[in-house]
Amino acid sequence: MQIPLSWLREYVDIDLPPQELAHRLTMAGVEVGEVTELGGWENCCVGEVLEVSPHPNADTLRLCRVNPGDGSEMEVVCGAPNVAAGQKICFARVGARLYNTHSERHETLKAARIRGVVSEGMICSELELGLGEGHEGIVVLPDDAPTGMALDDYLGDTILDLEVTPNRLDCFSVLGVAHEIGALTGKPVKVPEVQYQEDGPPITGQASVSVADPDLCPRYTASLIQGLEIGPSPQWLQDRLTRAGLRPISNVVDVTNYVMLEFNQPLHAFDLDKVRDKTIIVRRAAPGEALETLDGVERELNSEVLVIADSKDPVGLGGVIGGANSEIGSDTTSVLLESATFNSYNNRRTADTFRLYTDASQRFEKGLRPELAPIALRRATQLIQEVAGGVIAQGIYDIYSESDTPARKVTLTLRRLKQVLGMDVSVEEVNEVFQSLDFETERVDDASISVIPPYWRSDINIEEDLIEEVVRIIGYDNVPTTMLSTPIPYRQPAPMTELKARVKEALASVGLQETISYPLVSLEDLEKVNCTAERSAPLKVANPMSAGHDHLRPTLLASLLNTLSYNEGYNEGPFRFFEQARVFLPRPEQLPDEREVGAGVVSGLRSEPSWLVDNGPLDFYDVKGMLTSMLALLGLTPSWEPASGEENPALHPGRAARIMCSGSQIGVLGELHPSIAERFDLRYRPAVVFEIYLDDLLTLPAGSGRNFQSLTRFPSAHRDVALVVPEEVPAGNVQEILDRHRLVERVELFDVYAGENLEAGMKSLAFHVYFQSSDHTLTAEEVNRTLDGLLRILQRDVGATLRD
Amino acid sequence: MTQSTAQSIEDLTQTALGELALLDNSDALEQWRVRYLGRRGGLTSILRGLSQLDIDQRREVGALGNRAKSTLEEELEKRSQEVSQARLAQVADLERIDVTLPGRPVATGRLHPTTQVVREITDAFVAMGFSIVEGPEVEWDHYNFEMLNIPQGHPARDMWNTLWVDYVNEEGQRPMLLRTHTSPMQARVMESMQPPVRLVVPGKVYRYEATDATHEWHFHQVEGLAVDEGITFADLKGTLYEFARQIFGARRQVRFRCDYFPFVEPGVDMSIDCFSCEGTDSSCRICRGSGWIEILGAGMVHPYVLRAVGYDSEKYTGFAFGLGPERIAMLKYGIDDIRHFYSNDLRFLRQF
Ligand SMILES: [Zn+2]
Repeated sequence: MQIPLSWLREYVDIDLPPQELAHRLTMAGVEVGEVTELGGWENCCVGEVLEVSPHPNADTLRLCRVNPGDGSEMEVVCGAPNVAAGQKICFARVGARLYNTHSERHETLKAARIRGVVSEGMICSELELGLGEGHEGIVVLPDDAPTGMALDDYLGDTILDLEVTPNRLDCFSVLGVAHEIGALTGKPVKVPEVQYQEDGPPITGQASVSVADPDLCPRYTASLIQGLEIGPSPQWLQDRLTRAGLRPISNVVDVTNYVMLEFNQPLHAFDLDKVRDKTIIVRRAAPGEALETLDGVERELNSEVLVIADSKDPVGLGGVIGGANSEIGSDTTSVLLESATFNSYNNRRTADTFRLYTDASQRFEKGLRPELAPIALRRATQLIQEVAGGVIAQGIYDIYSESDTPARKVTLTLRRLKQVLGMDVSVEEVNEVFQSLDFETERVDDASISVIPPYWRSDINIEEDLIEEVVRIIGYDNVPTTMLSTPIPYRQPAPMTELKARVKEALASVGLQETISYPLVSLEDLEKVNCTAERSAPLKVANPMSAGHDHLRPTLLASLLNTLSYNEGYNEGPFRFFEQARVFLPRPEQLPDEREVGAGVVSGLRSEPSWLVDNGPLDFYDVKGMLTSMLALLGLTPSWEPASGEENPALHPGRAARIMCSGSQIGVLGELHPSIAERFDLRYRPAVVFEIYLDDLLTLPAGSGRNFQSLTRFPSAHRDVALVVPEEVPAGNVQEILDRHRLVERVELFDVYAGENLEAGMKSLAFHVYFQSSDHTLTAEEVNRTLDGLLRILQRDVGATLRD
Repeated sequence: MTQSTAQSIEDLTQTALGELALLDNSDALEQWRVRYLGRRGGLTSILRGLSQLDIDQRREVGALGNRAKSTLEEELEKRSQEVSQARLAQVADLERIDVTLPGRPVATGRLHPTTQVVREITDAFVAMGFSIVEGPEVEWDHYNFEMLNIPQGHPARDMWNTLWVDYVNEEGQRPMLLRTHTSPMQARVMESMQPPVRLVVPGKVYRYEATDATHEWHFHQVEGLAVDEGITFADLKGTLYEFARQIFGARRQVRFRCDYFPFVEPGVDMSIDCFSCEGTDSSCRICRGSGWIEILGAGMVHPYVLRAVGYDSEKYTGFAFGLGPERIAMLKYGIDDIRHFYSNDLRFLRQF
């Protein structure tokens, strides 16, 4: 909302500087986004055009003699078609800073020779002064504008740009803001008085008005002005509209807009001669009906839409927009003026249906009070006659189905006030606040007050609304500041929140950088990682921001690879990324299953380039090492099983592993499938990716996490064992057999070898095996016996023999 | 015989000491020790010859030999000390390395700045007795709006431009959405438990919104809620004041102004005084010269919300608040564009 200070001043005295006023309004809940000063027109004043004569060398230019009010006369070249002798105009002397419409910049005005004639100044248009968009002609000031007065003094203004919250409908109007300022500064508010003569015939004989669907239109009022003349509005009216951000159209339409800005009530003017049978019926649209609205669009209507109709067809969408068929035109002489109250819910639905959000619908949807309709009607009727002439018919239509509804009365008890605010406020203070807001008050007893809010405050409905009025007017600084003194509730356990924090920390501590990417991805992205719709169709967003972000991701992989690919453009690596976020798995008729996943991608050289390090590419085993350490930080010692290509279509089929814990899979690790690396155009290969399923970690049986092992005081003995096994035997199986034994404390694989000196198809695995007992020192004999037993098992189960 | 043995001990001692004085490194000293004092060394072989002497001579020469041995050992020890002292005096020159060469790279990982700030925020509230809960990112209209006093067709819905899930139920409605705030957990938690309630809800939220330097369609929120008998607006002020001091420093001042959120009444937003210019710089980029920085919205829980979850709104009161971690991070670290957060550029992430 743009509210000109000059307009506010018509209703309330303002002696605060604009910035201070803006601050006070903002603190009270009416946020002033920007304060714009209109003016700063140095070297500009009100001038008078004394004489206009043709330019000797140019048909479209005129020579004007201008009186700038200091006794001198200036010769000015002017190209505006509307310049005429006797006009009061905005005169800019040489040295003024104005908007140059040719260079589209602000520039200092210089004396110029225009087609051979020296121009000593300029007569300004709206655009040049920054008053509006108009540049076809010059600004013509009222005849009583004092010649010579500095333009800043005559036209200067301050525009408050309000960011009004949806509850404060009142502040969509100048008077509403004036009331607010009155309450904040203790100044009375002068509401314009309305008086006019009804010299015409009774309205009932000239037009018929009825409401068929009062549930959607609780109040409909109308007046009639006949014999008026359509034309441009007077300058003051145009200026007010322009400064409030509206474009002047013609006198009658401008008045409806003016009164809407002034009182908040949207009005509509019908050309009565275009209304069939001079009959207005407010009704639901019939199926199949259509209406061409004022914006030139043909609208298909339905029975949920409220229309204003004549005896046959709709002539307007109630509370949203008028119809083209009854539009005011230059030849209109009879105006039926509507001021009505429409059902806010239905109004909003109609606006939504047609995606047609007008100044009217934005107000009606927030719930204007029916008391306002006749007040605004009379104000507009008076103004129309003032600016367009004509005769006002006797009486008005006022169809008010809920006129017997009792006034809104809300009671505030001091007990509740204290319960909510935590402070005492006296009944006198409370009363004073309400008086300042023009609320009607009634003291019920020493501890409670009843209030009838004024018609412009449709947001006051419950006791808490009154409490807010009290605290915002007395100021939040006056409320004490205390710490919570109620007992601290039982702390809700949050195992997943804690697990997520630990997983993130563990992943970072093994060298991975956390990333967070958009949870919405495109189908193309998902297809690129072989996560195709046949496997599981992801949830789609109905109104996506962009085609690239329209599906809730069922995997983090595509996002991570995009992150990798993006960063390869700016960095040399190494790249070690992880993301911990939710994936969304659709479920019929239910919210999706949101599963917490920690996933990562690693690629590039093992180390940043260094003079010390013998560098090689990061590979599967680097990441397996990271994950082993990371899981150890969580107290987990997983096992790793070869995983198939079918279950992991994004992974290299020969280089993928299931991560197992206590018999359940907690994640997967593998090299990215080469074809996917290709699709993302990755610079470094391989890229190794992993996923850890946090929900599965959380459901691991108790005891699979950290468990204290007593520190044995008996020494360990160690043996090095080199085994020869068939190539296809996974090292993990051999290690596991060794590990499993009660007396084996730890096993380290220190060498893997295949080639010379070994039979084809065989490989050698060399282990350090540490033996230890918790209750005695092992003898060499015990150790040897244990090892012999283990070798027999290895021979039997995996065909292992000792390497000579 | 005795005489000549004694003489040769004396000669050997003199020769050895003469040599010793010239030695200047530990290798040479060791060789010297082996040569004179070793098992096959000079002195040892002389003493070994004693067995051929008679008992008196043996005693005499033996004493002589042992004296020489301890003299040599003492002198060796002394010389060793001197050599090592001399060496230590030169160690800087002998063992100097170029300390300006880069160190051996070690991989480090960091948490995303949002993660760090969310944790800082929730920690501050946990210290004040709040529990952390999380909720679904895909929500029902029912929890995201209706239970929060924002019914269908309410004009306040315009405050949250919504991304809707492409799902139509049997009634032909589109009831599933990407939550626009973490506030739905207010209703979900209160439905499931009786007061007292004190919780914070961190999480991702979504808006149908064009992005620019200060707007994202995907960001985070921390929602808070405290409900019990006797909780007041004064408590809201105190709790949020304490929070502001925890995050922005003990000297911070706070200011409240009226604001509107349909699920609270009265509603406010809170600003802190500008930690950058403290209100002294009219061209300050952080506070835009106002001296104050808005950091969160809050208010007393609307009675409608309490009644909707079955609480007695006459008995129980409470406050709720919501704040944006990205905004807090931008203020704390001077980040000028919210779009940096989720573009995952390493050059950005590595700064935190
Ligand atoms: Zn500042």
